[in-house]
Amino acid sequence: MLLAWKIKALVAAVVAPLAISAFAPIGDPWPTTSHVPIPDLVDLRPGAFRYRASGDFTREGNPAPAPIATVAIKRTLAVMRHQVTAADYSRCVVAGACPTVDNEAAASDRPAVNVSWRDAHAYASWLSRATGIRFRLPTDEEWVFAAASRFKDDVLPDAAYDRDPGLRVLAIYDVEAGRRARGIDGKPQPIGSFGANENGLLDVAGNVWEWTDTCFVRGVLDTRGETAATTVNCGIRVVEGRHRAYVPDFVRDARTGGCSVGVPPSNLGFRLVHEDDAWSKLYLLLGLAQRR
Amino acid sequence: MITRRIAKASAALAAIVLSASASAQDLPRQKVELVAPPFVHPHEQATTQGPKIMEFRLVAEEKQIVIDDQGTKLQAMTFNGSIPAPLMVVHEGDYVEVTLVNPPTNSMPHNIDFHSATGASGGGDLTLISPGEQVVLRWKATRTGVFVYHCIPGGPMVPWHIASGMSGVVMVLPRDGLKDGLGKPLHYDRIYYLGEQDFYVPRDEKGKFKTYDSPAAAFMDTMELMRKLVPTHVVFNGRVGALTGKSAMPAKVGETVLIVHSQADRDSRPHLVGGHGDYVWETGKFSNRPETDLETWFIRGGSAGAALYKFLQPGIYPYVNHNMVEAFELGATAHFRVEGNWSSDLMTQVKAPEPIGIQALAR
Repeated sequence: MLLAWKIKALVAAVVAPLAISAFAPIGDPWPTTSHVPIPDLVDLRPGAFRYRASGDFTREGNPAPAPIATVAIKRTLAVMRHQVTAADYSRCVVAGACPTVDNEAAASDRPAVNVSWRDAHAYASWLSRATGIRFRLPTDEEWVFAAASRFKDDVLPDAAYDRDPGLRVLAIYDVEAGRRARGIDGKPQPIGSFGANENGLLDVAGNVWEWTDTCFVRGVLDTRGETAATTVNCGIRVVEGRHRAYVPDFVRDARTGGCSVGVPPSNLGFRLVHEDDAWSKLYLLLGLAQRR
Repeated sequence: MITRRIAKASAALAAIVLSASASAQDLPRQKVELVAPPFVHPHEQATTQGPKIMEFRLVAEEKQIVIDDQGTKLQAMTFNGSIPAPLMVVHEGDYVEVTLVNPPTNSMPHNIDFHSATGASGGGDLTLISPGEQVVLRWKATRTGVFVYHCIPGGPMVPWHIASGMSGVVMVLPRDGLKDGLGKPLHYDRIYYLGEQDFYVPRDEKGKFKTYDSPAAAFMDTMELMRKLVPTHVVFNGRVGALTGKSAMPAKVGETVLIVHSQADRDSRPHLVGGHGDYVWETGKFSNRPETDLETWFIRGGSAGAALYKFLQPGIYPYVNHNMVEAFELGATAHFRVEGNWSSDLMTQVKAPEPIGIQALAR
């Protein structure tokens, strides 16, 4: 089985609640919900689904398709209905907790873009402090779970795993060329422009890609196709949208300074999740009560 | 006395010139349909035919074009609608007869300076025409090589028209084709013409690229930016990514490709990533012996060069200006897409990436 995930899933399951309980009671017990609205969240009930691992894999010295496994989301996952907006993000900037980024205006109806993983992380920390609810970026597994039918398994054609390096390069190039030909308007659109998926989440896989917390993994598969070893590089995070991408955590615009070959994400934005737990439920209720 | 002698001499000269031009008139004519770069019209490499008058038609066209994936618009000026302008192939001793047309829909005078022609600013002095006019110029191709041609309407119009897209290349081949410098004939299976172009698009206060309704409206801002000599775009074939993806230039393993590269303004350092220059006429003139086995070569601003390369491996070969800032940030990247069989002798990945110190997995 995929040991790396098992461990990761285990760690996430154990550490996340600890972190929340360690964090929540300390500090300001009455979050400033009057200034920072609690985001519109969609509860996703626990479930299991087939998931193709992110990252690059080799098998017997050749590039290989990433393995597929069943992944379980064991607790209710609350996901922001829409991407963090430019106006949302600017509140964090004003509070001095997020770096200024290049957004055309602090529009309340457009997603924040030109955001690096580090910026998104800073925002999550600030929003957690400001609301008392522990928000974080989703893992890649969680993003795929939430995206449901909007997730595209972009596994490459067989030729991309051929022993012939020339064939491999050409097969991958042709996939990329197809993506480029289907190019979309790069300008961030009003929230909801790309519709809702079956979970009610807006603009999933629109023209703003979303940061996940998952690090880039290079895995070695054994002869049975199971992960035997991995190298984890957390300087590069998985970005999800119309296709999967791996982007250094400090990059705000993947379009500029991209590779000579390959189609980068049009925009980098994000949405946050929080796991169901007693503390945040309580704060959520309090927050809602205060707002009313 | 002196005046009479001069008059006599000039009369004699005129007679010679007239008879020469009369003999040129008698040569067979060949009309050539130009094609848009990176492609080149069909032509003989070596020829057994005698000199001819080669007829070409160039139409100046002012139009708005998009020059990158972000939709940045430029008030472009072109010959025959393409940036760069088409490549024209003739042989040494041929006459090039160009009909230059300036349609009434244009807003400015245009003309043409052929670096390969002799006299009158390369023809620029004899070809300046207003919208609604046309002109015919004939010149003799006396030197072999690849040579830039460009618009040269005078004053600040010169750099502006060139930076807006008005340049191309004439290739004058030796009648017996290309040689390696030791007498061995060289042949190409394909030829591609890569015109490298610098663009200067002004930005607004917010740093966004500005759009203008006409060339005239763009002129002042553009000139101010051009004088700083820092382009906003450096591209092949008129826009960022024009020769990549589905428009990557095809070739096959075992084929020899002649790559003609011009830059009418700035210096460039072409480099074929994963390949070489088997034979390179860096200064572009075929009477000089080509250099061999180059990694990167140099194109002087205002000139064209030619490189011959036989592809030995399949894959994608980025062809870049190896000032990588220009290649990756400003757009100077094109791709060759080469099919064929991989040579493990030339290259093998002995061990795929894996964690340091891992025990070899069962194979």
